[in-house]
Amino acid sequence: MDLLLNAVVLGVLLGCFYAAVSLGLSVSFGLLDVPHVAHPAFLILASYGVFFLNDSYDIDPLLGGLLITPLLFLLGLAAYRLYYETFEKRGSDAGVRGIAFLFGIAFIIEVLIILQFGVDQRSVSASYIGKAWRIGEMRIPVRLLVAFAVASALTILLALYLSRTFMGRAIRAVAQDQEALRLMGANPVRIKQWAFGIATAVLGIAGALLIIVAPVDPTLDRAYIGRTFCVVVMAGLGSMTGTLIAAIILGVAESIVLSTVGASWAPAISFAMLLGVLAIRPQGLLGRRS
Amino acid sequence: MSRNSVVFWIGAALFLAAVVLMTQVIGNQYPFFAGYVILQFIVLAVAWSILGGYAGYVNFGTSAFFGVGVYTAVFLVKAIGAPLAVQIAAAATVGALLGFAVGLLTLRMQGIFFSIATIAVTIVIETSVTNWRFVGGAAGIQIQRPPVMPPFDNYVQMLFFVQALLVVLAVATARYIQISWIGRGLQALKDDELAAECTGVPTLRLKVLACVISGALMCAAGAPAAMYLQYADPSSAFNLNYSVTVLAMSLIGGTAHWMGPVVGAILLGVTQQLLAVTISSEVNVLVLGIMLVLFVVAAPEGLLGLIGRLVRYRAGGKA
Amino acid sequence: MKRRALFGGVVAVAMVGLTSGVVAQQPPIKIGMSMAQTGGLAGGGKASLLGIEIWRDDVNARGGLLGRKVELVVYDDKSSASETPAIYSKLLDVDKVDFLFAPYATVPTAPLMPLVKQRGLLLMGNFSFQVNSKVGHDMWFNNAPWGPADSWASAFLDLGQKAGGKTMALLTADQEFAQNLALTAREVAKKRGISIVFDQAYPPNTVEFSGIIRALKAAKPDIVYVASYPPDSAGILRAVNEIGIGDDVKIFGGGMVGLQFASVMQNMGSLLNGVVNYNTWLPEPSMYYDGTKAFFETYTKRAVEAKVDPLGYYLAPFGYASGQLLEQAVKATGSLDQKAIAKYLHGNEIKTIVGPIAFSADGERKETATLMAQFRGVVDKNVEQFRSQGKQVILFPDQFKSGDLISPYEAAQK
Repeated sequence: MDLLLNAVVLGVLLGCFYAAVSLGLSVSFGLLDVPHVAHPAFLILASYGVFFLNDSYDIDPLLGGLLITPLLFLLGLAAYRLYYETFEKRGSDAGVRGIAFLFGIAFIIEVLIILQFGVDQRSVSASYIGKAWRIGEMRIPVRLLVAFAVASALTILLALYLSRTFMGRAIRAVAQDQEALRLMGANPVRIKQWAFGIATAVLGIAGALLIIVAPVDPTLDRAYIGRTFCVVVMAGLGSMTGTLIAAIILGVAESIVLSTVGASWAPAISFAMLLGVLAIRPQGLLGRRS
Repeated sequence: MSRNSVVFWIGAALFLAAVVLMTQVIGNQYPFFAGYVILQFIVLAVAWSILGGYAGYVNFGTSAFFGVGVYTAVFLVKAIGAPLAVQIAAAATVGALLGFAVGLLTLRMQGIFFSIATIAVTIVIETSVTNWRFVGGAAGIQIQRPPVMPPFDNYVQMLFFVQALLVVLAVATARYIQISWIGRGLQALKDDELAAECTGVPTLRLKVLACVISGALMCAAGAPAAMYLQYADPSSAFNLNYSVTVLAMSLIGGTAHWMGPVVGAILLGVTQQLLAVTISSEVNVLVLGIMLVLFVVAAPEGLLGLIGRLVRYRAGGKA
Repeated sequence: MKRRALFGGVVAVAMVGLTSGVVAQQPPIKIGMSMAQTGGLAGGGKASLLGIEIWRDDVNARGGLLGRKVELVVYDDKSSASETPAIYSKLLDVDKVDFLFAPYATVPTAPLMPLVKQRGLLLMGNFSFQVNSKVGHDMWFNNAPWGPADSWASAFLDLGQKAGGKTMALLTADQEFAQNLALTAREVAKKRGISIVFDQAYPPNTVEFSGIIRALKAAKPDIVYVASYPPDSAGILRAVNEIGIGDDVKIFGGGMVGLQFASVMQNMGSLLNGVVNYNTWLPEPSMYYDGTKAFFETYTKRAVEAKVDPLGYYLAPFGYASGQLLEQAVKATGSLDQKAIAKYLHGNEIKTIVGPIAFSADGERKETATLMAQFRGVVDKNVEQFRSQGKQVILFPDQFKSGDLISPYEAAQK
């Protein structure tokens, strides 16, 4: 029982971390319909940026994540512009080719990282890594608590941004009805570009969390394609709170299986869950209907 | 039989004859080792585009089908020492069943949801095989080849020929689908699923049928890989590379015509084999990335589409 | 970045077979291999290759083999088993190499075993684990110091039992190498009457180990045997340091891959203290032989340029030793005949920079020289500290021993 409780607590923390790395995708794929398979590659790129700042200038990883956020925002703007010019502008059927294009981008990022940093795995150092917080018999790693706090804050901020600000509402509007927006005199492409910038910018913090929680290597992005899409789809496209809830469900399920049933079955369990959700509710747990 | 079909079957016969001749004349083994891999990718790419090209359903789970093919063969060899032909036939059957299951499961999913479901299927199957001790589990398994059958004096040459047969089978199937009512139905489904259904196209049945055929061919292509490598381990057999490479090949070639994936697979397959023994470094991955980006940007209809446009442009210029 | 491109170029040139400027009277002796330059094994593969290249340069400086220059033909196998058959066929049938070296690690090597057996070729193995046990090729020679299959687990469990251990926990990666280690560990434990109280395989790409470590701790084992891969080794150690593992644990470690690599050791820093883990070469006085010091002087210089592991203890000297094995066998038999060379290697003990090597019938070492060493007094963020002796004290085997086990694990962590 004690073990199970422990697994649940750890699962919640882990789930918040999954939410943090999936939030950007929830905007780019969930709201903008860009099948962003290069999202994890951007995430790893951000992690390496954080690593570079930490390793060379001894900058705290979270601060480093904040520092690279504006750069990532610009990168996001540029990436969307490129994607728009090559696909969306030309009309429908961007689906398959869009995916192939983004896979190509992901590979290029992967190689650039290898050329610059080598193939070895990298991690960062900070005062909160390697310590634990005790509550009675339970010990919780502080780095997971940091991930939990930052990820929840990030989710709330993003959800507030999308629901309370003018630009945020415009982004949600563009996801629902582009034509209506155009008729109202707003430029949907501008808004989508801005949204994609935001989606990429949050990767600064997410990348910092990734490298705080575990070491990274240049090919790690492949492992996160499945996980991040799983979270976003299970959440129902474009819902930030849904993303958090889905990520926590995934984290708890994985954690319980890891520490009780049999660790080697963990990936099958989470993805079987995803299949189940998709088969019964194709729009996700908390999704908007298409 | 139309004149077109006669030409096609003569071409196929010539191709197989050339393959047999190659195995009898060429003593050097390397062309067969490298050629086998290229042929294998042709089958995978052609099979992929039956679903991905004609019907527009992007399957990310090529590696799942390939890996299931590999492990069907491994299981049969380990359990009853089945011969190659049985391995392939069984793999095709299992692949058809798996395709059927995936088709049913994803019946209501469209677009990217289907793709994500196929990723999930891949991970679930890979994890199950990893936990299946009888076929070696995570530790992998070494397999002994039986003696080779005449007229071949080398097992890899025989595998090369077998894979060539599968190429003909796959291409003939894809071609038949393309020119028959199935292809037209799939095309309608791709253009507008709802409209197709309203006009009486049995979209769900067609989609499941495409899943079944595509799955059977992919698994069949995977089965001989067990004997080719004489070794199998889950992380190699279910490698994400198969999914991405096959997707890339089909798009680079063009998905509207059965020739597209064939051309794409030959082009990319040969490039990869050449790169593997020339540049031989991370630049390999870079080349795949750049090719993907360039092709989808510059030639949205693939190589075939590009050539078609050029031809039309020329003709237009003259007239 | 440029240097890397240049490196690719150099390999390319070597492959086309254009020998540089000087025309030797006789064609060079070609040694072919694939080596992971990309993918998960690339870090190890690149270090191993540098070791072999240093041998090539040394042997050529000494006038080559039988008066002929030695040339390496190297391709990238992308760390995958599916690439190697075609590559080795190219090496044999197109490049017509004279000798084959195996790629780094078991998975890329496994598909080659039937091939070399069928064609009756010598294959110098490179850190595979028990890849020949089912194939039974009599011309396979592994450069790794593993020795008999069960010696690895025996060595670790011996140390654990001597420290008073009666129960064991087994935590393994669900991947090829770790599973093979786990198999022998279970057998040895059974023979010795050690009961296994926890036995879990965790999947690749596991992010967080706190939960597993917590479950392991609850089983209250005396001996914790871990067989893990580089990304996970770091995660496991972190979780152990955060969650704690209980004061029952006498000895922790055994088969953690990754704790031999400089970048990982530097990252982990003081978390390493107390862990008893396998290794192959360490800078302890007992490990130096003829040429060892000179080798590491060259390696250290060239590693910076090649952007590979700055320490290079784990693989590189054994790559060099592979070359030495071949070199001495060729010199002694005076020919390139592979059967004669295999016979010589089976019948003679050969001196290398990693000590004398003698092979048993299956091509593995007659006796294990796999080290079990305990990390001590390691501080954070310093890679140079690992060059000094005493940071990894050798507990096993006896001929290399440089200290005794500090037990229990929690005491040694300090």
